[in-house]
Amino acid sequence: MSSAATLEKAPVRSATKRAGPAASRRDRWSRRAPLLPALVFAIVVTQVPFLVTLYLSTLSWNALRPGSRDFVGLSNYGTVLSDGRLRAALLNTVVLTASSVVVSVLLGLGLAILLDRKFPGRGIVRTLLITPFLVMPMAAALLWKHAIYNPSYGLINGVLGGDTDWVSNYPMVAVVATLVWQWTPFMMLIILAGLQSQSLETLEAARVDGASAWQTFLHVTLPYLRPYLELSALLGSIYLVQTFDAVFTITQGGPGTATTNLPYEIYLTTFRKFEYGEAAAAGVVVVIGTIVVATFALRVISGLFRMEVQR
Amino acid sequence: MMRRLPWTVLAWACGLVFFFPVLWMVLTGFKREADAASNPPTWILAPTLDGYREVFDRDLTPYLLNSLMASLFSTLLVLVLATPAAYALSLRPVAKWRDALFFFISTKMLPAVAALLPIYLVVKELGMLDNVWTMVILYSAMNLPLAIWMMRSFLLEVPASVLEAAEMDGAGLLVSIRRVLLPIVSPGLAATALICFIFSWNEFFFAVNLTATRAGTAPIFLVGFISSEGLFLARLCAAATLVSLPVVLAGWLAQKQLVRGLSMGAVK
Repeated sequence: MSSAATLEKAPVRSATKRAGPAASRRDRWSRRAPLLPALVFAIVVTQVPFLVTLYLSTLSWNALRPGSRDFVGLSNYGTVLSDGRLRAALLNTVVLTASSVVVSVLLGLGLAILLDRKFPGRGIVRTLLITPFLVMPMAAALLWKHAIYNPSYGLINGVLGGDTDWVSNYPMVAVVATLVWQWTPFMMLIILAGLQSQSLETLEAARVDGASAWQTFLHVTLPYLRPYLELSALLGSIYLVQTFDAVFTITQGGPGTATTNLPYEIYLTTFRKFEYGEAAAAGVVVVIGTIVVATFALRVISGLFRMEVQR
Repeated sequence: MMRRLPWTVLAWACGLVFFFPVLWMVLTGFKREADAASNPPTWILAPTLDGYREVFDRDLTPYLLNSLMASLFSTLLVLVLATPAAYALSLRPVAKWRDALFFFISTKMLPAVAALLPIYLVVKELGMLDNVWTMVILYSAMNLPLAIWMMRSFLLEVPASVLEAAEMDGAGLLVSIRRVLLPIVSPGLAATALICFIFSWNEFFFAVNLTATRAGTAPIFLVGFISSEGLFLARLCAAATLVSLPVVLAGWLAQKQLVRGLSMGAVK
């Protein structure tokens, strides 16, 4: 298992030229120059706001009370961490992200297996299947809320009868179902690419050895697919943990705080209650949480991007 | 052939189930409002363009233009920033290329909501609220990590021998980039552009908080429908179909590039 993967490939070329100290300094800077604009841009637009958030989180600042911007140290953090709403939002974020990722990965796996075999119209079915992911998320959220879940003229009650108010009775399921519908194609595409990169000889060898289709899937295909499953789940989580459109549109976080996730809760604190100090503190708490999770995720990513050579 | 039949039926059934809500959206857009809100649902169609007419009467066009501008210019800016950066992280790498690569991807993991307040305050201070160029900058920052990772995976596919040959011929750096590199990676540029365009076109969170009537993008137009009274489902579906159309078409046409882009170049 040589590590000549994408990530490992570059340094080999970096050590080609060696010259005097002046030349090597010029060489270093000529290497850095193309990187600098992107680096500066990313730092200014994504890191500086975070520093400002840190500063804002120490102020008692409600935009509705003019002139009040006192330094209050860490008291916003006390408020935020003892606030039941934020804890509820954290729990909702975990439930919402985990359930939509798990369900859409499983469905995506099933669909990918279906599409991995040749059948008449495969290209058309594939095209039909990826469409939900391409529909604008806001359009999808509105479509599900009004055309599908609506108790009086929605499609579900129109077909099944009854007058169940789906969004009020099953708010979390309603949001997750919409997200699963949109994200299953994403998972399917990545897993399908994995299936199609599997070598036919391995599968043939398993068959010759007398393994049944199910055994081959369980012991050959599934282990082979593991990095693809991890990659799809990880990338899906990065996007789904930030879910805003669906919550904003379908449930407005309700009923009560039943579907209020962290992005929506901080949005409410900022633009409905105008508690800038508390919103900033909540933001910092979320970032710290993200860093903990992301450190782990980055380790997984760096492992995954090595998979290309391991075939 | 007979053994394949159940498989075919099942696969088609799944495809149709997933596609059905989209089909329903398109069909409802062509209904009269009374038929769109009927229970049980109307299946037989007397198609009308009233919904679409209403949508354009409510001035969809400026919102579409804003979306187009924000998406096109941010995609352009991202490519201009990401391509040289990807070069400096692959073919002619800086010493700490690995750290830089992970710095970029970590900015993608940072929740947008944590940056919302300071961005809002700064943008307000600069008098740039409700301004398309603000969205161009933010969407560029949002897509930059994706683009760098993607372009890097394409650049690494350029065979070393090609570059060396160009160097041997005494071609300068810029010439060899233009003559040798660009033709090879132009499919990669197209794939990257597609992904950046899709994510910018669909973005809602920053748009709803930083724009209003002047720079509002297509999703903002859709949200405006919720507050409208009376029967609105047919109009809503017409508008939803219209604003989704560019990305749906682009995605259909570029399915292969889509996979690679969505996985940031990890899956080919």
